[in-house]
Amino acid sequence: MRNPQLNKNGELQHLLTLDGLPRDVLNAILDNATPFTEVAEREVKKLPILRGKSIFNLFFENSTRTRTTFEIAAKRLSADVVNLNVSTSSTTKGESLLDTVDNLCAMQADMFVVRHAASGAPVLIAQHLQATGRDHIHVINAGDGRHAHPTQGLLDMYTIRHYKRDFTQLTIAIVGDVLHSRVARSQIAALTTLGVPEVRVIGPKTLLPTEIEKLGVRVFHDMSEGLRGVDVVMMLRLQNERMNGALLPTPQEFYKVWGLTAEKLALAKPDAIVMHPGPMNRGVEIESAVADGAQAVILPQVTFGIAVRMAVMSMLAGQ
Amino acid sequence: MQSLDAEALCRQLAEQMRPHVSPATTLVGIRTGGLWLAERLHALLGITQPLGAIDVSFYRDDYAAKGLHTKPQRTEIPFNVENAPVIIVDDVLYTGRTTRAAINELFDYGRPASVGLAVLIDRGGRELPIAATYCALYLPEPLPTSQNLQLERDEDGSLNLRLIDA
Repeated sequence: MRNPQLNKNGELQHLLTLDGLPRDVLNAILDNATPFTEVAEREVKKLPILRGKSIFNLFFENSTRTRTTFEIAAKRLSADVVNLNVSTSSTTKGESLLDTVDNLCAMQADMFVVRHAASGAPVLIAQHLQATGRDHIHVINAGDGRHAHPTQGLLDMYTIRHYKRDFTQLTIAIVGDVLHSRVARSQIAALTTLGVPEVRVIGPKTLLPTEIEKLGVRVFHDMSEGLRGVDVVMMLRLQNERMNGALLPTPQEFYKVWGLTAEKLALAKPDAIVMHPGPMNRGVEIESAVADGAQAVILPQVTFGIAVRMAVMSMLAGQ
Repeated sequence: MQSLDAEALCRQLAEQMRPHVSPATTLVGIRTGGLWLAERLHALLGITQPLGAIDVSFYRDDYAAKGLHTKPQRTEIPFNVENAPVIIVDDVLYTGRTTRAAINELFDYGRPASVGLAVLIDRGGRELPIAATYCALYLPEPLPTSQNLQLERDEDGSLNLRLIDA
């Protein structure tokens, strides 16, 4: 079976997950993002690429940053953007996911940007569109359950490449709540595809998925040991809202053991960069002095995120 | 067809432009061939304003059909376009669509005082009402559409015009 994200010419048809996305496609997205970074410096921050296209931001789960950056990306490409906050809309009246999609297709949608609490929802929509012969409509996964958050993973790769250039020389640590993190899954998939020789995950046993080492990562349950000599520290947000039961004692105790402080960061390479997908919990997973420090590239991540999303949308629309 | 000496044409083009160059004149080369030519003209004419480079991929009128297949590069305009006299430089003038895209893109950076167009060769076959301000060679007969004329740069930096049968 062919990769459901690629069309018959091997070009990007949907962006659903980074897992299984070929290296050349990943690199093409990163390469294409570079010229889009310059648009923000212009008098007119707009390109005509998606003029006349309608993009629906279909958010079944709350998000401010991701939705906003997708919206900015689409608007800078001259698309018409419609934001649907579905968590407060038709679904509460009982409409099914695919009925919602069909209705929006009847309004001449060209692209859906989907966030959903259920893993696999964007894949379901893509399969539905394919099964009904609507290949001209594209789907971008903006985060589904614990599964994937591909554009976050891509912007993280863009950020790493911007500061560190060569993936094949790096040691990278992903720290914190990997269990609930779709971001971590997308990061691991991309880092391994791009040839990073050592990807570490660091966290308490209760917040790491069992058998995660099968994804090709080294597991550390000791923060100091895990951070030693790394080039990149990728922090994750502690996802309190997704936790049921006692996975953790208290946020304060979590911080004491797993929070990234200046003292712990000193164990990494002196030129190591610190990343965080946001929103940050200061004093829970990261110390303010680190978040605002010289090694943090957290705000550039947000800026690069717009260019990366512009690249993805342009590639989908231009097939 | 007469042989095309790109180096000689480049020098002729510079001489055509020279009487019209002022200290405010700016050049913007269209990637990739136009930029090579613009680099030469920039030096030959002793232009003091920094050289701009434009990649029209995002402004093409066939984007929806063709997509992002050639790797787009950065557009870099290192001077203030507002009120500047700008000369767009391209290697070959053909349908005029690339020029149209470049003019559109340029205006997203500001309102230039004037926009000129300098090309090495006008090969005919225009599909838009566009003409060059400076042109080193007008082909007497339009080239057939099956032929592709493009500028190439050798390893030693010398420019050549190559005619390719598509």
